[in-house]
Amino acid sequence: MNQQDIQAIRAIIARHKRWDMLFGLLGLLALMVGVLTLTVLFADMAIKGAARIDYDFLTNFPSRRAGSAGILSAWVGTILVMLVTAFSAVPLGVAAGIYLEEYAPKNWVTDIIEINVTNLAGVPSIVYGLLALGLFVYKFGFGQSILSAGLTLGLLILPVVIVATRESIRAIPQMVREGAYACGATTWQTVRDHIVPYSSAGILTGVIIGMARAIGETAPIITIGALTFIAFLPPAPVTDVFPFINFEWLTAPFTVMPIQMFNWTSRPEAAFQVNAAAAGFILVFMTLAMNGVAIWLRYRLRRNIKW
Amino acid sequence: MTAHAQTMSAPPSTAPDAVSDRLRKRASRHVKERVIEFILFTAASISVLTTIAIVYILVSESLTLFEHVSLWDFLTDTQWTPLFDDAHYGIMVLLSGTLTSSFVALAVALPLGTIIAIYLSEFASFKTREIAKPILELLGGVPTIIYGYFALMVVTPALQYLFPELPGFSLLSAGLVMGIMIIPYVSSLSEDAMRAVPMSLREGSYAMGATRLQTALRTVVPAATSGIASAYILGISRAVGETMILAVAAGMQPNLTFNPAEPGATITSYIVQVALGDLPHGSIGYQTIFAAGLTLMLMTLGFNLLGYYLRKRFREVY
Repeated sequence: MNQQDIQAIRAIIARHKRWDMLFGLLGLLALMVGVLTLTVLFADMAIKGAARIDYDFLTNFPSRRAGSAGILSAWVGTILVMLVTAFSAVPLGVAAGIYLEEYAPKNWVTDIIEINVTNLAGVPSIVYGLLALGLFVYKFGFGQSILSAGLTLGLLILPVVIVATRESIRAIPQMVREGAYACGATTWQTVRDHIVPYSSAGILTGVIIGMARAIGETAPIITIGALTFIAFLPPAPVTDVFPFINFEWLTAPFTVMPIQMFNWTSRPEAAFQVNAAAAGFILVFMTLAMNGVAIWLRYRLRRNIKW
Repeated sequence: MTAHAQTMSAPPSTAPDAVSDRLRKRASRHVKERVIEFILFTAASISVLTTIAIVYILVSESLTLFEHVSLWDFLTDTQWTPLFDDAHYGIMVLLSGTLTSSFVALAVALPLGTIIAIYLSEFASFKTREIAKPILELLGGVPTIIYGYFALMVVTPALQYLFPELPGFSLLSAGLVMGIMIIPYVSSLSEDAMRAVPMSLREGSYAMGATRLQTALRTVVPAATSGIASAYILGISRAVGETMILAVAAGMQPNLTFNPAEPGATITSYIVQVALGDLPHGSIGYQTIFAAGLTLMLMTLGFNLLGYYLRKRFREVY
């Protein structure tokens, strides 16, 4: 091989290596678009909203004057709606996941259920809002209440919980089940004493991610007609007279954080935009914190469990 | 003899009794198992009931609308003014907004998402991946109302600085932010598909002297086509169904246009707009949001079926 050929080959190699490097840079650049967006978004709301975030902002009701408006009814509403969501989605989702992994026979009924779960995960959230408007608000007569909103978001995150449950159950090796059956346990005893405890961390991760999504969902709650101007709190769930627990709050009108923020965003006055930034900062902080906890949990789980 | 027979027959009758209290098969145990299985099955069938309920609600409410409005008008009219005295019901107007904003979003999300997926799966070191994946996940976890605020308050002013004639509400800025929101959906599914490609294919390619980029583009991506296609389909359904970014940043005036630099209403933002007002149950305006929702549902269902077909058709099994 003469000198010229070798040089030509080296040139080709160098050129391809250059393309490799260029693509590496392009990849980093593309990643940076995401990172940069996240940073700018967070910083923008922190800078604009920082002046408004104080104790009064958390304990005041919304008001016509931007300076004295707060998010008390919004965060209380969010917590109450999330309670209903958690109490509906978690038991149903975990039960459905357990059924599909441990009980379901291989037949067309199971196939239909599985296809439905996948399909529901792809349904736009506003369609759930329409379902809730037609079904919960008018057919069942729950009205535009915390109960309707909580159940709607519960249905919305049901696929997330089911998928997380199934994945963490699937990670449990078959020998655990065989060991339990060999000791004479029934299916339910195996599930209750082994499958659920061992998969609980994975399920928790999925539940947290689902709840983080539900906290930020706006469209379905607007669709069922949540009011935006609520200057009162729903009746307290815990009372000082017997029986100490009160369910009137379920049927109370309400507002939630994202709706309060949407309301302020859509006003023309600049002062309300500052409020929107402050509410947005708190909202995004809550969802990012929840997602962060879930990611951390998963990371620990992956490191600690070795079957 | 009889005594002997008694001792012979005694053990079979007493031996099970000695342990029976705890270990005998009990009917109650069997019944309990059945009941529990039935309860779990009921929980699982909620998903089927939800689908049936969605279809029933959307179709039944839409049908009452189509008693007043012919399907032909619904599909061909070029105006959408259901709440005015001179009512027109042309879904095309809303569809144009949905298609335009989705097109802008996908023009951002598909290329960037694919590049990130290739980079993370083929180029990045383990450490970079460990840092980048959670960040992408966080990007997907930000509430869409926040993105809407971001589009309206940050991206639109920035775009107006570059193009001074851009209006305060535009499909363009909403679409751009929507694209960034969709990147994680596209990149994480595509990356999963690429990482599922067996190492032996890459080793074969490297052994022939291919570089990383050549291996990635000519071996890994073709082998992962079905997974990448379903990631794209998921991205498309997200874009079509996205609501709050458009409701906040794209304006809500129905506008038959394919120009992203104009404001416009989409199917989803129309539903929000109507729901914000106080519309009586059973009025025509109330029914139009279900007809709009049905259109949206049919579109996403179509994309989901397409994705299902692509997965079946181009699936490579190793």
